[in-house]
Amino acid sequence: MMIWKTLTRWYHQLGSPRYFYRFTEVLLPWLWPIALLTTAVGLVWGLAFAPEDYQQGNSYRIIFIHVPAAGGALLGYVAMGVAGLVNLVWRMKMAEVMIKAIAPFGAVLAAIALITGAIWGKPTWGTYWVWDARLTSMLIMLFLYLGVMALINAIPDPRQAGRAAGLLSVVGVINVVIVKYSVEWWQSLHQGSTIKLTGGSTMPPEMLTPLLISMLGIYLLFAVSVLWRARAELLWRERKSAWVKELI
Amino acid sequence: MYFESFAAFFQMGTHGPYVWSAYGISALLVVTNLWLAYRRQRLMLNEIRRLARREQGGQ
Repeated sequence: MMIWKTLTRWYHQLGSPRYFYRFTEVLLPWLWPIALLTTAVGLVWGLAFAPEDYQQGNSYRIIFIHVPAAGGALLGYVAMGVAGLVNLVWRMKMAEVMIKAIAPFGAVLAAIALITGAIWGKPTWGTYWVWDARLTSMLIMLFLYLGVMALINAIPDPRQAGRAAGLLSVVGVINVVIVKYSVEWWQSLHQGSTIKLTGGSTMPPEMLTPLLISMLGIYLLFAVSVLWRARAELLWRERKSAWVKELI
Repeated sequence: MYFESFAAFFQMGTHGPYVWSAYGISALLVVTNLWLAYRRQRLMLNEIRRLARREQGGQ
């Protein structure tokens, strides 16, 4: 019960633009260097210190950016879907702001997953691209992110734009499920999951450790990017309110 | 380091061009995006200050 109370208090506090702005003002000067450092440690470890793969040689080192980017794009989309749902049900202003803040970096991570995957595919499969379920659904995810951004830009009224973008976010979550299970449901060139939450991962710890550190780093960078964008959006939307006037 | 020399590290066997282009493009995209996000909130604050000054000047 204590936990529930704390969670609802957080939800309401962070839902308040003024509190959110003040909280991130303190958090970000710490968070962005930690995020950058974590990413650097994970990537340098993976590139220079992890052993070679006995089948794929050194090309497998692309995994240390490919998997974190793909994972971040998926997770980001789920977060955007949750914000979309919250916005459709409760018309929460903060949720609209979050949708708009998540989409750009989500699109970047989806693009990175596709590009690094294509580059990795050439030495491993002998081709940059095949239209199979995993690759196609990931491409659709990129288009969904871009679609959310385009919708927000196209509709002048921010509340209407937020509702439309929220709806697209919620519907698009179906695609997240398809991306996740595509390698199990369909025949695919793409290899199966490397990291499994339940049961053993298919990687030795010398490779898995830097991969997990890179993932944490990229997820933190995603958070930093979202918070910076949310702050900009909040400032603009609340420019006539007392707390912004106090601030400037 | 896993590699015997820096030259071997950059070469990555025969996979150097694949690995380094993947990382180069990724770094470029991530850094650009983060920089834009950071700059956006800074510029927004300046813009709102400017609007506030103009409003005060007009009254």
